[in-house]
Formats: sequence, structure tokens, C-alpha cells
Amino acid sequence: MNYVRDVGALVRKDLLLELRARDTLPAMLLFVAAVFVIFHFALPGTPSRLETTGFLWVAILFTALLGLGRAFVPEREQRTFDGLVLAPCDRSAIWLAKSLATLAFLVAAEVVALPLYALFFHPLRGATVAAVLLADLGICGVGTFLGAMAVVTRARDLLLPLLFLPLAMPIVVGAVGASVSASPGRYLGFLALYDLLFAVVCWASFEYVVAE
Amino acid sequence: MGRLRSIPLPALAVSSLVLVTTALAFVFFVAPNDANQGFSQRIFYFHVSLAFTAYACFIGGAWNAFRYLWKRDPRADLESYVWVHQGLIFGAMVLLTGSIWAKVSWGRWWVWSEDELVLFLVLYLFYCAYFMLRFSVDPGPQRANLSAVYALFGVVLIPVSFAAIRLAKEFLHPRVFTLHGPNFGGWILVTYCVAQAAMLVLAYTLYRLELGGKRLDARLRDLRELVA
Repeated sequence: MNYVRDVGALVRKDLLLELRARDTLPAMLLFVAAVFVIFHFALPGTPSRLETTGFLWVAILFTALLGLGRAFVPEREQRTFDGLVLAPCDRSAIWLAKSLATLAFLVAAEVVALPLYALFFHPLRGATVAAVLLADLGICGVGTFLGAMAVVTRARDLLLPLLFLPLAMPIVVGAVGASVSASPGRYLGFLALYDLLFAVVCWASFEYVVAE
Repeated sequence: MGRLRSIPLPALAVSSLVLVTTALAFVFFVAPNDANQGFSQRIFYFHVSLAFTAYACFIGGAWNAFRYLWKRDPRADLESYVWVHQGLIFGAMVLLTGSIWAKVSWGRWWVWSEDELVLFLVLYLFYCAYFMLRFSVDPGPQRANLSAVYALFGVVLIPVSFAAIRLAKEFLHPRVFTLHGPNFGGWILVTYCVAQAAMLVLAYTLYRLELGGKRLDARLRDLRELVA
């Protein structure tokens, strides 16, 4: 139960910080809206449902990257990372808490982004919304893990997209498949499997990312 | 593993030379012409053996990464890095030979319908990012830790990506051709085995060469620091 308390404390800290600073979430919302407008101009002719679904997922992925890039910035600027690592809690709690906080921001951004997409382009299927939720879990879990790796390097913001995009490929396949296929169950199952597999791998190996 | 390490490098280099030459001879003179594609199909012997070798290199990198994290063997970090480096080199060859084969078979330099090529592209991008990660951290235990964890992620990614690419077929491209020819017996099998053995021995020779060179560099650095 200590573990759950630790995770809860860290999540509350991140959400409080964001509520006070109010920089990441508005940026993500504006970004997603601007990207949709760009898509309209980038897709010549009348794009079909297939094409715009693909672009929805590109928008979600890059908005998530924006949020993930900011995830460990408070720790880096205030130099609280060492404090977190020295605290008597399981190191993986840091990863889990940060993932949950980022997930909250991403879902909040999508609450606006998905209706906006339905307004601009095409109405959404139930399977697409389910895919969004499942994909968010994978994106936040893996992205937070890689963000923690990237934040200790010199390249930082440059590195996170490079590390993240190859790993995000299966998420895109599962998500787009669920959005356009006649039988989305297979793709949703694949997404769930990906989330589970990488959650376990991230949870088990976060210890080594923050170790000295 | 210990016995492999004791094989001297010159012996490995000579065996590589002999095997690669033999493989080339087999591929060009011994193997029969493919029924469908004729002479141009022969690049397939190298393409498939290179692919298998590259996978073996990445798995070797992940194995050494695991050894580093588990046993804290300080030499395992460098070994992991060199295996990943070899994997990238051989992976580049896979993409190159695959591209040539695609041009010869289907008239285009790149085909998204070929699973092997797409998987290798994803892996290639992943391990290029490994290099970017490794060289933007100063040498030390933290760099070794990060590299090891990332190399292990790569190996987990291989089956997941493969499954994803197969799944994506339904809504991306119909599967038109398969990579492997119809029959795999007789001289074709022998030629393939020779080519595969040649590629594996070549990879191991290059690995030992690079590892030796990097270890020498490290020792030289340490000695310079002692003298200075």
C-alpha cells in the first residue's frame, strides 16, 4: 500500500504543478487545433475517412510527444530528480506516477481534440475512441520511460522523438487498424497486449535508468 | 563462449576470407538458376543470410546488455555496443540487398509489402537512435545503463513490430509475393548454408576486430591519464 501512496503523492504533485503553471495542457490543446488546420491545407482534394483517420493519429502522436518532452522538465530545472531517486520508495513508482500524470494531460487534450476532429473532418466510431484510450496507455508508459532516459543526455528534446517513434510504430498500426477495420477487436487486442508487455518491461527496468 | 574468445583474430580473418570466397563461388557457379527469376534471384542468398546475421548481432547486443545489468560485468557494456554496431552495419546491407532484390523482382527500389524490409527499417531507425543516445551521454556507468536498457527494448520490439507489420497488411497493402522461393532443397540449401556460415563468421570477425580496437583505445586512455 506504501507503493500506491507514493505513486498517488507523485501524481498529485505533477497535477498540482500543472494547475499552477498552466503551460503544458493549453500548449497541447492549441497544438492539436493548429495541426488539424494544417491537415486541411495539407490534404489536397476532399480527404476520405481513411486518410483523415491516419492524420488523426499523427496529430495525437505528436501532441503526445509535445507533452512528453515537457514531462521531466520540472525535475530537471529544479534539480529534484536526485531527491526523488534518494527517496525511500520503489524507483518504478517515479515512472508510474509520471506516466499517469502525462496520461491525464493527454486525455484532457483529447477530450477537446476528438470532438474537434469530428467537427472538422468525420464523425468518430466507438472503436476509434477505444483505440485512443488504449493507445494513450502505451504512449504515456513508453514515452515517459524514454523521456526519463532522454532528460539525462545532452541532446534531450532532440532525442525523445528519435527514441520514441520506432517504438510507437506498433501503437500506430493497432490504433489506425482499429479505427478503419471492419473487425477492430483484433487491433484493440494487439494494443492491449503492447500496453501490457511494455508496461511490464518499463516497470521492471526503470530502476536502471535512474541508477548511478 | 570462453573458447570462442580464445580463437586468435588472424585465424578468424582467414576463415572469413575463405568462407566468403567459397560462398561467392557457390552462389555464382554451383547454385542452380531459379525457375521464376533466373540469375538475379541469387542476391537472395546474401540477403537472407545477412538478415539472420543482423538479428543475431542485435540479440547478441541485448544478451550482453542483460549481462551488464544483471551481473554488472564491466566489459559487457562495450561488447553490447560493438554487437549493436555490427548489427547496424549488417542491417544496412540487408536494406541495400533487399532494395536491389525488390528492384530486380518488382521494378521498384522499395516495397512496403515486404515484411522483412519494413521490419528492418524500423529496427534500423531504432538502433540508429541507440547511437544517438549513447553518444549524447558522457562515458560512465549511467551511459552503460541507458544503452543496456535501450538495447533490451530493441529485442522486445522485434517480435512486436513483426506482429504489427503483419497486422497492418490488412489495411495497407495486399500480400502479393513471398520472400522465399518454392523449393529449398539440394544445391540451393547447400549454397544458402555456405553463405549463412560465411556471414556469421564475418560478423564475428568484425566484432572481435572492433572490440579489440576499442579495448586498446580504452587502455591507451587510461595509461595516458596515469602518465599525465
